[in-house]
Amino acid sequence: MSRVTKFAARDPGPAARVTGFMAHLRENGLRLGVAETQLALTALCEVDASQPDQARQVLKAICTGCKEEVDQFDPLFDSFWMDMGRVKQKVVSTTPSKSDDNMHSSREAQGEDAGGAGSANAPDGGDGPAESDGEGRLIATEVRNLMRKDLRDLVRPEDITEAEAVARKLGAALRDRRSRRRIAARKGDRLHFRKTIRASLATGGEPIRLMRKNRPDRPQKIVALCDVSGSMTVYARIFLAFLAGLMRSDPTADAYLFHTRLVRITEALRDKDTMRAIGRMSLMADGFGGGSEIGPSLGRFARTYAKRFVDGRSVVLILSDGYDTAPPAVMDAALADLRKRGCKIIWLNPLKGWRDYAPVADGMAAALPHLDLFCAANTLADLAALDREVMTL
Amino acid sequence: MTWTDLQTALAAGGYVASDDLSVAIHLAVTLGRPLLLEGAAGVGKTQLASSLATARDTKLIRLQCYEGLDAAQAIYEWNYQRQLLTIRAAAEDGETGKAVEDRIFSRDFLLERPLLAAITQDVPPVLLIDEIDRADEEFEAYLLEILSEFQVTIPELGTVTAVTRPIVILTSNGTRDLSDALRRRCLYYYVEYPDRQTELAILNARCPEIEARLGAQIVGFVQKLREEELEKVPGIAETLDFAAALMGLGIADLTDDPGVLQHTLSTLLKTQSDRAHITPEVASRIAGKAA
Repeated sequence: MSRVTKFAARDPGPAARVTGFMAHLRENGLRLGVAETQLALTALCEVDASQPDQARQVLKAICTGCKEEVDQFDPLFDSFWMDMGRVKQKVVSTTPSKSDDNMHSSREAQGEDAGGAGSANAPDGGDGPAESDGEGRLIATEVRNLMRKDLRDLVRPEDITEAEAVARKLGAALRDRRSRRRIAARKGDRLHFRKTIRASLATGGEPIRLMRKNRPDRPQKIVALCDVSGSMTVYARIFLAFLAGLMRSDPTADAYLFHTRLVRITEALRDKDTMRAIGRMSLMADGFGGGSEIGPSLGRFARTYAKRFVDGRSVVLILSDGYDTAPPAVMDAALADLRKRGCKIIWLNPLKGWRDYAPVADGMAAALPHLDLFCAANTLADLAALDREVMTL
Repeated sequence: MTWTDLQTALAAGGYVASDDLSVAIHLAVTLGRPLLLEGAAGVGKTQLASSLATARDTKLIRLQCYEGLDAAQAIYEWNYQRQLLTIRAAAEDGETGKAVEDRIFSRDFLLERPLLAAITQDVPPVLLIDEIDRADEEFEAYLLEILSEFQVTIPELGTVTAVTRPIVILTSNGTRDLSDALRRRCLYYYVEYPDRQTELAILNARCPEIEARLGAQIVGFVQKLREEELEKVPGIAETLDFAAALMGLGIADLTDDPGVLQHTLSTLLKTQSDRAHITPEVASRIAGKAA
């Protein structure tokens, strides 16, 4: 890992390499433009760029824009500059018969060869535009997971379009919250006396400019957590399509997947290309269809992301069947923690639609007292029908 | 000035900056780009701006953001009272309308708010825009314009262009996601909780009179405490308070007196459930490990 990449002698120079690196970052989901490349080159002139550490620090400051990208940056840097990726590459297709082999090739290969494919400069395999993207191919991973599924097999674009409409409807039902308080606004139904008097100072005490105030919209932010453990596989198609639709229709929404781990998929799902978004999501959902640790995952959420993204104006939507392998006390504590942030919690359980279902699973029973709404949902139609219930929250 | 010089200068002012951070600040200064700092509360984001101002021997201009912050509080406002008084006085003296108008819309009657003040300094100041995530999104958009153009248009006076470009530092606690446009224009650094060596260096820089052994114990204790499941993880400011409290009480060793340790924990733990979680037994166990 520590060796510096040897570039081919034909390589046109440092500027081209940095450009290649930028393209590499772009392929892996960082949003960077030409201006950043230019800035990076200028910045590298300011320090001793031949020192890998300094170059890393410089490029990190310029190319990243949030915590997630900072965490992502180091492996990407290593894979490009530290001999895990090459500039001159042949696209080696290990299983040419499969059309979506990009997702699989890097995981099955081991060692240095693993990161070989997928520079921005390399031509793609020609498998069609949606399938041949280079998402994450250079990220080296040692973790093996036997329960690997490509979510792209599960979710179809038509589902997402349909789910988008549902999500929009649900979002609108949740969002219609107006504050009691009035604040200054350009167009308002009442006069803002304090501001009017203040403004009248400029005109010698004559209130010529009338200031107004209005009740501001306080949109509820939707935070969706989807369980993708083994027992939920049957419903995954609906829920993942719903998540994708939600992210598309609502720019403030936030989405997470959990099974035994918790991952934030908001950024991945915001990708404009729907199938690529799902592809990125499936990369992140390592361990899809595995065991479920709902309580610990929710606990982790409450302790980390919730502190940043959940407040009194959030609605936390949990999509899970409540079959938890962890003790119920963990679930209880996690939801109590989450509640303290002042949010509303809605639990959508696909099993509740069954006849004679009772929430007897220990985890589910422990969760019940903390929920604002506990509903059934196993089809998109069910989700669409939720808006009335959500409205009364 | 290279980044190592900057690091040394910051250290002389009592701010221990990591290599990454020093490079990021150095770039922000040389490239004239704003630097966006994110991180948990109490990791020294705001302190960095004031230390940087001290290190570069310039002024620190601070704009604290809050919900509802508008241009009148952030950029400029006319001093209406003074204008009115001047008009009154002018009327008595028989001054003509045009002359009075010119006079009352001059720089003397302008109340400079932080953003305007920052671009009219002779020596480039450090402009700290604190907790940008608390301001409204509309203000963020407005700020973008100023940060890219470094000029302010005042209808009555004309355009004020920056004499010198301030060093802009933005901080955010991440209570909401900032817009991509803002992130794009800034250099970015995520400030983590310091590691053991760094924190010890900070403690020694801030409280030089502390004994080496107690200092190491305090840092070890706080580092271990951060690994516990707490609602509010103690930051560096809390460590310094804790050290000050222990020194004030004349404690030489953390493990000496569990009772006193428990009392001084109020400087580190700021919620009731955290207090309940760190019982005297847990505290002395952590202290024992740290020692």
